[in-house]
Amino acid sequence: MIRLEELTKTFQTDRGGVTAVDHINLEVPEGEICVLLGPSGCGKTTTMKMVNRLITPTSGKIYIDNKDTDEYDPVQLRRNIGYAIQQIGLFPNMTVEQNISVVPSLLGWDKKKCHERARELLEMVAMEPDAFMDRYPNELSGGQQQRIGVIRALAADAPVLLMDEPFGAIDPINREVIQDEFLKMQEKIRKTIMFVSHDIDEAVEMGDKIAIFREGRIEQYAAPDELLAYPVNEFIADFVGGDRTLKRLRLARVEDAMNTDVKTVKRDDDIERAREILESSGQAGVPVVDGSGHPRGYINRRVAEGSSGKAGDLALPLTFTVRRRDDLRTAVSEMFAHDVNWTAVLDDSGRLIGYVGQRDITDLLSTARGEKRAA
Amino acid sequence: MATASATLRAAAPGRRGMRNLVLAAMFAFGAWAQASGLIGDVLYLWPDIRFLTRQHLLLVGISWGLAIAAGIPLGVLLTRPWMRKYSESVLQVVNTGQTIPTLAVLALAMSILGIGFWPSIFGLWIYSLLPIVRNTYQGILAVPGHLMEAAVGMGMTRRQILWRVELPNSLFVIFAGLRTALAINVGTAPLAFLIGGGGLGELIFTGIALDRTTMMLAGAVPTALLAVILDFLIGQLQFWLVPKGVNPLRLNR
Repeated sequence: MIRLEELTKTFQTDRGGVTAVDHINLEVPEGEICVLLGPSGCGKTTTMKMVNRLITPTSGKIYIDNKDTDEYDPVQLRRNIGYAIQQIGLFPNMTVEQNISVVPSLLGWDKKKCHERARELLEMVAMEPDAFMDRYPNELSGGQQQRIGVIRALAADAPVLLMDEPFGAIDPINREVIQDEFLKMQEKIRKTIMFVSHDIDEAVEMGDKIAIFREGRIEQYAAPDELLAYPVNEFIADFVGGDRTLKRLRLARVEDAMNTDVKTVKRDDDIERAREILESSGQAGVPVVDGSGHPRGYINRRVAEGSSGKAGDLALPLTFTVRRRDDLRTAVSEMFAHDVNWTAVLDDSGRLIGYVGQRDITDLLSTARGEKRAA
Repeated sequence: MATASATLRAAAPGRRGMRNLVLAAMFAFGAWAQASGLIGDVLYLWPDIRFLTRQHLLLVGISWGLAIAAGIPLGVLLTRPWMRKYSESVLQVVNTGQTIPTLAVLALAMSILGIGFWPSIFGLWIYSLLPIVRNTYQGILAVPGHLMEAAVGMGMTRRQILWRVELPNSLFVIFAGLRTALAINVGTAPLAFLIGGGGLGELIFTGIALDRTTMMLAGAVPTALLAVILDFLIGQLQFWLVPKGVNPLRLNR
């Protein structure tokens, strides 16, 4: 847990004092990622750098796990806080193994333990230890360097991590891959992370909580969904962007919006049964399923009213389906692409478990869930 | 890799031709040397050549060694934060030292310290100092800021940053300074004779004074050879001692 109390930093310049960080109060709960977000010069990086004393606060307190960080020697403090920076900062004179082992060796771990830890971390990011341990940073691709930069910050297994735009030095495609990898890793390691970013999409993707900074103050501190749903003022609304509702779709999964009381018909059922369902429930279509629950097509109103026979023979093909864990943005995008207003939802083994319609999605968006999607 | 070996193969016939040419030239030179009595003269001077070469090496070795011993720490010192505001002025002073002609430095050394071996050492030392100080200073300043930030942020002390980050990452540039200093030093060392420092300059200047080509060559050729050999040796040191990741010569091999 990281807690900032009335944290302030005033820089002395030729034109007098400039307050970069102005009485900040902030708490990052254990095991969560808090993104400090804002335009450049808003004080977010200064705030982070005060946590590991790269910048000395003018006033205010910083607590890590309820211990006042003033009581530590800065060097000792930094060794117990993982630190990853935008330019990665791998030491070009050291091999990958030596780079990963910097903090462990500063902490006095023996060679063997450092070596094993480096192997373990490389495996965690799917880089073959035997191939990479002895390479130098300039022999790695940008994405590989970025991964090493992140696992180097994890090397000593510090409970708290500071990340200053750690995925900034990389192309957008690789960035998304590494972000996903990192989130998967975080599910296991549950570090308390302070993460600086200037990119709202990254913040929404990575953050359990987001603190938006302006001119040294926190304008709003909330979960991503709440921030997007209820920006407290004009500045926040502008900053998160006019498409904030669409951004929220990324935060929700299909299962959050879907209807599970879907009524279906078997292939052998008469079309009459489908017609009854369409009339009695609000369903826009009736999925046709086989014996094991896999969808084989659907019946819509037009088919049901104009014909007779077995449902299986009359069913229209389902042009697409979504999985329960897909994000809603994907689902909506597919629905637009196929010009439909509902679609069947399948579980991981492909069985029908419900359906989701546009109405369900807009209903979901009208409420802030206040929580990031469950892992 | 593939292109490099292809280039080597293509160059091989050219190399062989070159080697034959060199062998032929050496043979011609040998024949001429024998006919003109040069070999006899050189044999006569051989004990002098050996003694003076040794003295020459001592002059170069000691003055260069002392320049390293003083230059690198001075260069490092100038990069420390509390020295930053003075460092440019200090470098200016050392720079000015470099603009004084070699002979004048030696003459000044003589007028203050007298004649002999140690005044010569002093003159050569002063002369080798600048490239070492300047390259150490600039090499360390050129270490990227984000490496320093990473080092501090991970909890290295000032001393650990110097030894593990700043020096290794500027080593290539520092070595370039050592190499320049050595080249200047070897080239200047013959002048030490003029203030009684000995060395191969003794054969060169005496040869000139007596108009004896053989004697002059007996000094000049070893001086030239020494320069080439020492430069080769320090080149090898630079190649093997500078960590692979920061050595442009060994990049991606």
